[in-house]
Amino acid sequence: MILSLEELQGVGDKRIKSEKDCNKELRICVGSSCSSLGSSTLEKELAKKVKEKGLDKKCKVKGVGCNGLCSAAIMVSHYDKEEQKETLYGGIESGQSDELVALIEESSALAEKKLDMSAPFFTQQLKIVLENAGVVDPNDIEDYIAHGGYHSLFKVLDEMSPIEVIEEIKISGLKGRGGGGYPTGLKWETVLKVDSDQKYIVCNGDEGDPGAFMDRAVMEADPHKIVEGMAIAGYACGASVGYIYVRAEYPIAVEKLNRAIKQARSNNILGTRIANSSFNFDIEVRLGGGAFVCGEATALVASIEGNRGNPRQKPPHLSDYGLWKQPTVLNNVETFANIAPIIKNGGEWYKNIGTHNSSGTKVFALTGHIKNTGLIEVPMGISLRKLIYEIGGGTTNGKPLKAIQTGGPSGGCIPEHLLDTAIDYDSLKAIGSIMGSGGIIVMDEASNMVEVARFFMDFSKSESCGKCVPCRVGTTELTMLLDKFIAKEATVSDFELLKEMCEVVQNASLCGLGQTAPNPVMSTIKYFEDEYLQGIKND
Amino acid sequence: MIKEKVRVKTLKINDMDVTAKSNATILEVANEQGITIPSLCYLEGLSCVGACRLCLVEVKGSSKLVPACTSKIKDGMEVMTNSPRIQKHRKMILSMIFAERTHTCSVCVSNGHCELQNQAIEQGLEHSEVAYIHQKFDIDASHPSYMYDPNRCILCTRCVRVCDEVEGAHALDIFGRGIESKIIHDMDEPWIDSQSCTSCGKCVQVCPTGALFEKGVSATEMTKKKEIVIKLIQTRKER
Repeated sequence: MILSLEELQGVGDKRIKSEKDCNKELRICVGSSCSSLGSSTLEKELAKKVKEKGLDKKCKVKGVGCNGLCSAAIMVSHYDKEEQKETLYGGIESGQSDELVALIEESSALAEKKLDMSAPFFTQQLKIVLENAGVVDPNDIEDYIAHGGYHSLFKVLDEMSPIEVIEEIKISGLKGRGGGGYPTGLKWETVLKVDSDQKYIVCNGDEGDPGAFMDRAVMEADPHKIVEGMAIAGYACGASVGYIYVRAEYPIAVEKLNRAIKQARSNNILGTRIANSSFNFDIEVRLGGGAFVCGEATALVASIEGNRGNPRQKPPHLSDYGLWKQPTVLNNVETFANIAPIIKNGGEWYKNIGTHNSSGTKVFALTGHIKNTGLIEVPMGISLRKLIYEIGGGTTNGKPLKAIQTGGPSGGCIPEHLLDTAIDYDSLKAIGSIMGSGGIIVMDEASNMVEVARFFMDFSKSESCGKCVPCRVGTTELTMLLDKFIAKEATVSDFELLKEMCEVVQNASLCGLGQTAPNPVMSTIKYFEDEYLQGIKND
Repeated sequence: MIKEKVRVKTLKINDMDVTAKSNATILEVANEQGITIPSLCYLEGLSCVGACRLCLVEVKGSSKLVPACTSKIKDGMEVMTNSPRIQKHRKMILSMIFAERTHTCSVCVSNGHCELQNQAIEQGLEHSEVAYIHQKFDIDASHPSYMYDPNRCILCTRCVRVCDEVEGAHALDIFGRGIESKIIHDMDEPWIDSQSCTSCGKCVQVCPTGALFEKGVSATEMTKKKEIVIKLIQTRKER
């Protein structure tokens, strides 16, 4: 039971003190990418061997969340507390526990696997959401507390009124990180103002865009941060119950979240009269069955209620009529992960990061024809060119880049000549793409843009719930039309029809999935019209 | 949920000034005023799902098109129900409905009494603007009194809603998703094996096309009595 800020600090201090003589840490990434290469076994074996050799007093072995550079899995970090120096090793194999043990005594071991920490991939990032990823053991609430965890929640309960919390979030300028970009403070304020006995906080962890894995990494690496963010939201909006909706394809995230919730409960960080205040809050995890559309707010809520995950027409919005007809705040995983740091450092601090209209940082998942595949966090406003060429290391094999795709099936393709565009909500929208949830797919010159458009349309088609006509039939019709272009059997009138149909599906569909499904086609027509014209047969 | 007091609001539909109760939808107000807004999934008295998208209208000041069946009226709003933009969208959506499955009027029991067919006539749609998909579904003729031909279904879900909301049986629901969606009985069993169906026939009477019909009728012979269901809902409400 932790009942006050002093007790919380005590728990953290005790942990730090108990590890005072332990000067080194070997942090093994046990996120999805690394554990698929056997990092969990490596971690266990290493811990065993370190203990056998009596080195466990000197060096702690811990499993941590994603270190970012998934292309260098398995990643191991060697941290020296005295020198406060972190050295990263990449491409470690699951059988290399002996070499890692040697590393404790001899820092020159495994030199060939050492990663260059002065590379832009490491130096150009700014980690707020991912500050604990690769550092804190996600299975260990005390480790989280020792790194400043739950201090924001206790500060809020001790010192701040709900309105003050919302003011702070509003000052920060934080916008929804799921892709919509709606101001978080405003959303919370709306729910706070609604008079109701019961309100809900819902966290959207139903990440489904092809090529996106930001939320998975956050849930796996730092589940307590989401719990803390949700609890603060609960206090600010007057809600006592929270749900985290996670897709069932993320078993590690589910496991970490459930463990975090259990640990928080046993310390009375979740439960009744949290920190001796009158605030009650608890969280449950709900699993999604794998439908992409369940990431849409109204469909997600229907799915939590146990109904078919179909979206419904808005308004009414969730802030009036949400989960079980009650006022509901629904935010994305990354949004909730930003809350504790904002409370800790103040809204002004956050506002000064990024650009005027898009403050803070954004996590991106880099995939496709790019050297440094993985997870990165950068301040808003950084140019796409810098992101791809400096942090991402450029294309694989150095082939010329053709386009990048942001925002998944709802987003658009951005051609090479627009790479100097700054990454923020407005700039990306202005060039026909969207920020989206953060998936970035890099494509080199060998990519056929009509096929890219068809891939995303086929995705939207198979993920359409089938409720409204324009999305259900339109995505099928569009896929059929795109097939004709790929087979080079399209006609001039097919091209006109393609454009017209995109417009109708966009304007007439019921939910965001349908409304944005034509974006990949429309943006590729805008920038790569030639490739469509090549698909028209000569009569 | 915010509970609003019912007041009177004034608005414009197609440049005509109208007043109505503040909790009314655009479609309800238009109907009261004798302005026809086409729709297929809407049925008076049932919940509104906004699925067919035929009732989309333009609201001045907004680039978005809104479904008239689910949109509540607002003070001072100016609604256009038949602008060129709306007509263009409507024709395309209607084409999509015709193209999705197999709507061959000449051999259909509902020929001449079909809401989908009527929409085509009203919108002046003489051919589908999009390619036919023609999915093939099995016909369910297991019930002694009724037939179900999914090939003529437009997934408006009136049958699902009437069974759930009026009859209280919820014998029907949707199976699958996207283009493969299909109305099913219970756990996708033959109609006759459904444990929850009461054979009341309301689903048949509200079906806008020839997807659900009475046995023994031939082409053009099936007339639906959806007015009975609408009256039934009204009578219950008034009690």
